[in-house]
Amino acid sequence: MASKTPAPADRAGVIARAALDELVALLAGRGYRVIGPQLRDGAIVYDDLARADQLPAGWIDQQEGGSYRLVRGPDAALFGHVVGPHSWKRFLYPPAQKLWQAERSAGGFTVTTAAEPEPPLAFLGVRACELHAIAIQDRVFGVESGDFTDSGYAARRQAALLVAVNCGRAAGTCFCVSMQTGPKVTEDLAYDLVLTELLDDRRHDFLVTAGTARGAELLAGLPQRPASAADLVEAEAASARAAVQSRAMVPGVADLLRQNLEHRHWDAVAERCLGCANCTMVCPTCFCSTVEDVTDLSGDHAERWRKWDSCYTLEFSYIHGGGVRRETAARYRQWITHKLSSWHDQFGSSGCTGCGRCITWCPVGIDITAEARAIRDAEGS
Amino acid sequence: MTAKPKLAVWKFSSCDGCQLSLLDCEDELLAVAGAVEIAYFLEASRAVTSGPYDLSLVEGSITTPHDAERIRKVRRQSRTLITIGACATAGGIQALKNFANVQSFIRSVYPHPEFIDTLATSTAIKDHVPVDFELRGCPISKHQLLELVSAVLNLRKPVIPTASQCLECKRAGTVCVMVASGTPCLGPVTQAGCGNLCPAHDRGCYGCFGPAEAPNTASLAQHLAVLGQSRRDIELAFRSFNANAEAFRREGNAHERE
Repeated sequence: MASKTPAPADRAGVIARAALDELVALLAGRGYRVIGPQLRDGAIVYDDLARADQLPAGWIDQQEGGSYRLVRGPDAALFGHVVGPHSWKRFLYPPAQKLWQAERSAGGFTVTTAAEPEPPLAFLGVRACELHAIAIQDRVFGVESGDFTDSGYAARRQAALLVAVNCGRAAGTCFCVSMQTGPKVTEDLAYDLVLTELLDDRRHDFLVTAGTARGAELLAGLPQRPASAADLVEAEAASARAAVQSRAMVPGVADLLRQNLEHRHWDAVAERCLGCANCTMVCPTCFCSTVEDVTDLSGDHAERWRKWDSCYTLEFSYIHGGGVRRETAARYRQWITHKLSSWHDQFGSSGCTGCGRCITWCPVGIDITAEARAIRDAEGS
Repeated sequence: MTAKPKLAVWKFSSCDGCQLSLLDCEDELLAVAGAVEIAYFLEASRAVTSGPYDLSLVEGSITTPHDAERIRKVRRQSRTLITIGACATAGGIQALKNFANVQSFIRSVYPHPEFIDTLATSTAIKDHVPVDFELRGCPISKHQLLELVSAVLNLRKPVIPTASQCLECKRAGTVCVMVASGTPCLGPVTQAGCGNLCPAHDRGCYGCFGPAEAPNTASLAQHLAVLGQSRRDIELAFRSFNANAEAFRREGNAHERE
């Protein structure tokens, strides 16, 4: 995470589609593990990227509550899709991490931490909502503040290089506009480079702006020309298209939920809620984990693992005497009120970035914006 | 040196697949044999040591009057009794007979029905004797079995979560087959543990590990109908290896033909 330098628009450059191959090669050559979107099992997932031609050219996603389908888009855009089932958290905050292992020795035991050296990460194709999500997790894991820093996360985060992409369209479940987290990557966000795909019958280019000195230095290594006024206009048009969204969060939702902790609608949601935890797993800001201790048969070798967990499991709130939130209604309320309301008290912002993953990947399509609206519409009843 | 704990493996109505998971441990088998005395395990050895046993693993369901009697004897000889697999924990696939007329089956299948001595139901071991832990699956996961045996031997809590299959899929990065392709999947109401075997191969979850904690089968069934599943399809989805597990039995019954 390099320090922020101003990136005036007049320093924007335009690179050709082919220069993305050079960018990937440049990053790999500098020892980065490059991660980017690609097509797998009927979805656009994030995985190791060896070449830019692995990017999902020409595929776009149609998303609704509980439904995700890839279809051929109108052109060969590499970033015509929006966000899929994965988020960058699975690389910055892996789903399963070994914290330490211990060996029994004469009269005691020896603990070793499992700190394997990891290559720095380079993410290609980070959306505005995702930059916001990373910034939120940075606060959760204490990257900037020293008191309760998750050292593993902080190390991965500080080494990571972020190549952002401006969205040129919105999916059906996107609501970043109402969360003020997109669709355009704004200069206050932490990114090294930001791309806007410029594509028509005559050309396939990217408008590129550096957000850090490191980004500027990378950009300088790519064949480019200065951006013209027309390029900037076209890029703005793309962002304007992506700002047309069919879903929106109700205004003042933090207070609304705080004032409606007792509401009959929670039971109505619980009738549909599967309690399956998918919403929390796909959420780019949900950070809860559990710790599992295991031994081998002899008991001479022990390991402690940290794994993604969810406030939807019964075990999650288990204390002496049983789980605290035994009803599905209580668990759904816990999740949505934390995400949209008490997160402000805890971390100084909403925990929601309007990415819409929880809506799309809920098997029964429960919609966080619709549930908040239902509370508002039935307030006091 | 204290004597090694005595392990017994018992079979009731079952296909033997879960016991086989123990022999399947291969790399870890010597460690198992080193950690316990295999005192009774007919699938592995004719050598039998008499009880009592420190740890009994029980496979299979209770389908005959003889089974019902024998499981009580097993319980009396066992300090810790753990049931392994869908048969032992829910009655297994053979519990489909619970929803049909067994006498008519017997008459139509066997040339000499008079030789058949069976109960009208296939039931879980816990319906007959107290059980210390239930390991789910059809078949069980060898990793979970090793984890469970390690936990018992080391007097610690086994790491066998009861939450949904979806957690396992999402941690693994598996794309949800129901959301991304409309494939019917029991994952949201099924306990994790198999290693998300089917969704990782583009198939819906068949519910081999039985109901997850607090399963909302009614909501899932409603969604399966939205995906185009008939009432009969939904009945059959819940009536497989864990047909007689309470939550699945209830949902299967709710979709039974009129």
